[in-house]
Amino acid sequence: METPVYPAHNYLSNGHGLKSWLLTKDHKRIAVLYLISISIFFLLGGLFAVGIRLELTTPDGDLFQPDTYNKFFTLHGVIMVFFFLIPSVPAVIGNFLIPPMIGAKDLAFPRINLLSWYLYVVGGLFTLFAIVAGGVDTGWTFYTPYSSASSSTNVTATALGVFIAGFSSILTGLNFIVTIHRMRAPGLHWFKLPLFIWAHYATSLIQVLGTPVVAITIVMIFVERAFGFGIFDPQRGGDPVLMQHLFWFYSHPAVYIMILPALGVISEIVSTFSRKRIFGYSFVAFSSLAIAVFGFIVWAHHMFVAGITTYAAMVFSFLSFSVAIPSAVKVFNWAATMHRGSLSFETPMLYVYGFFGLFLIGGLTGLFLATLGTDIHLHDTYFVVAHFHYIMVGGAIMGYLGGLHFWWPKMFGRMYSEFWSRISAILVFVGFNLTFFPQFVLGYMGMPRRYHMYPDEFQVLNVLSSAGASVLGIGYILPVLYFAYSLKKGEVAGNNPWGASGLEWRTQSPPLTENFVEVPTDIPEAYEYTPQVIREAKLV
Amino acid sequence: MSSEHSGIHVSPLSIYFTIFGALMILSAITVGAAFVNLGSFNPIVALLIACIKATLVILYFMHVKYSSQLTKITVVLSLFFVAILFAETLMDYATRGWIGGGGVPLH
Repeated sequence: METPVYPAHNYLSNGHGLKSWLLTKDHKRIAVLYLISISIFFLLGGLFAVGIRLELTTPDGDLFQPDTYNKFFTLHGVIMVFFFLIPSVPAVIGNFLIPPMIGAKDLAFPRINLLSWYLYVVGGLFTLFAIVAGGVDTGWTFYTPYSSASSSTNVTATALGVFIAGFSSILTGLNFIVTIHRMRAPGLHWFKLPLFIWAHYATSLIQVLGTPVVAITIVMIFVERAFGFGIFDPQRGGDPVLMQHLFWFYSHPAVYIMILPALGVISEIVSTFSRKRIFGYSFVAFSSLAIAVFGFIVWAHHMFVAGITTYAAMVFSFLSFSVAIPSAVKVFNWAATMHRGSLSFETPMLYVYGFFGLFLIGGLTGLFLATLGTDIHLHDTYFVVAHFHYIMVGGAIMGYLGGLHFWWPKMFGRMYSEFWSRISAILVFVGFNLTFFPQFVLGYMGMPRRYHMYPDEFQVLNVLSSAGASVLGIGYILPVLYFAYSLKKGEVAGNNPWGASGLEWRTQSPPLTENFVEVPTDIPEAYEYTPQVIREAKLV
Repeated sequence: MSSEHSGIHVSPLSIYFTIFGALMILSAITVGAAFVNLGSFNPIVALLIACIKATLVILYFMHVKYSSQLTKITVVLSLFFVAILFAETLMDYATRGWIGGGGVPLH
């Protein structure tokens, strides 16, 4: 087997200087721009989390004033949800990989792709302005009347930032939908597509259908706050619960914007490192669409104690359980794929193993919260905080990191340190559980979320959680170091270092600007892992 | 008349004027209906007329009537999700006054 050579001509070498990046229409370069931007926001959101965990190390409110603490958890939530998690997998990994995976040269609308990055940056700048100008304290949910009448902080700037970033999300979704419909290579029909593409298609539907609703809701808050309209204020004929209905109509499906692309990543990695076709391909494909649709009909389980009627709550409770079905379809099919597969333990797969455990706990504790009786006990406690972190961090970020490690050799043409990346994956898994598992217990014992003080008996678990956060932090910082190192010093990866199937592995690493020298025409079945294919893939 | 080569449908001007006239008439009916006391049916009538107007705009002004099946499916799918938003939100508001239901009835 020949030693791979780093290709002289690739998308990274096609143009130099800041201008070549800021005016690029290449989906791969835009993905790199997103990678840098969301990493900065992740760091910023992480710093607010550090503040929260430091404050909660002791029962007294001895580090921050209550108002400052409110701003910390609000900004942590706003930044992590809208400026990291939502764009993470789609805007970075999806943007980079959807065209080569379907044999296309670029997305359908390259200029709109660049516009969506600029919108994201402008939205982010508004939020940064809000931070510098004194912060915002409404919680990431912008519930009225906090946001419309009570709060004197920078609600308008933050909400405007989220509003603008929402359009970035819509445009990305629209671009993906059109690209997947119109730009597939000849012969690449829907059931030959990688499940990553199906997951992104489902995600894009949510982005296009759901995001306008939260945008309109934010406009309504602005109109009520600025001009005194009575939309959510009961004194002026409005209803504050209506705001929660509208907000969660988007924000519950938004959870699936975060998790669905990660589920797509998991399908790719499981198949590659099991050397098997995904078990029940079509079920896994349609379960993505089912999650997207079911995600839209369950939102009021966030509002069981907010004043909705028992009758509505019963229906929403019942519907919420339905989301467990397509989620379970995926997990069981992944397990069946791994059964009797030729499993290996490279770093991307370590993230997948971690993902399984965390997603399972996150998903099953969701059922506790979908149950009316237990939700009344657990609502607004640390149990909820732990649950959604198991899904959003344990699920979405594990998927994102797994994907980044899986496709990093494709994106930049070089391998990272396998040793340090394995250490990092283990630290993330251990640190994550140490941070958030105690929070389940705290919540069950009755510790409410969003308070900077707590009774003394909760201290041991809180210290454990803060200690876990520091381990988790190290696990997140390590990849920055070894990825950066790999860019210059890493071993040359070659076209297909994992011996994976899929069109993106046929082209050089890093790819050419046009992705392929010739449009691929001999399209294989998805996840074709016959012994011959594996042998040939390793020789490429 | 439709252009076979470009795939773009060009409607005669008369269609646009007819639809415009229909929209004006429906607007007049909306205003007229507002002066008739129909009780709780007033907003329902207004919304019904608005829906008819929106349908005309979507079908003729936005050319959905002459578009591909995929475009039609997209429009119907979007309306389906709007219907979910309305129906499930109303599921809460409509049951606010029911015995044992909890919640604050709207005035």
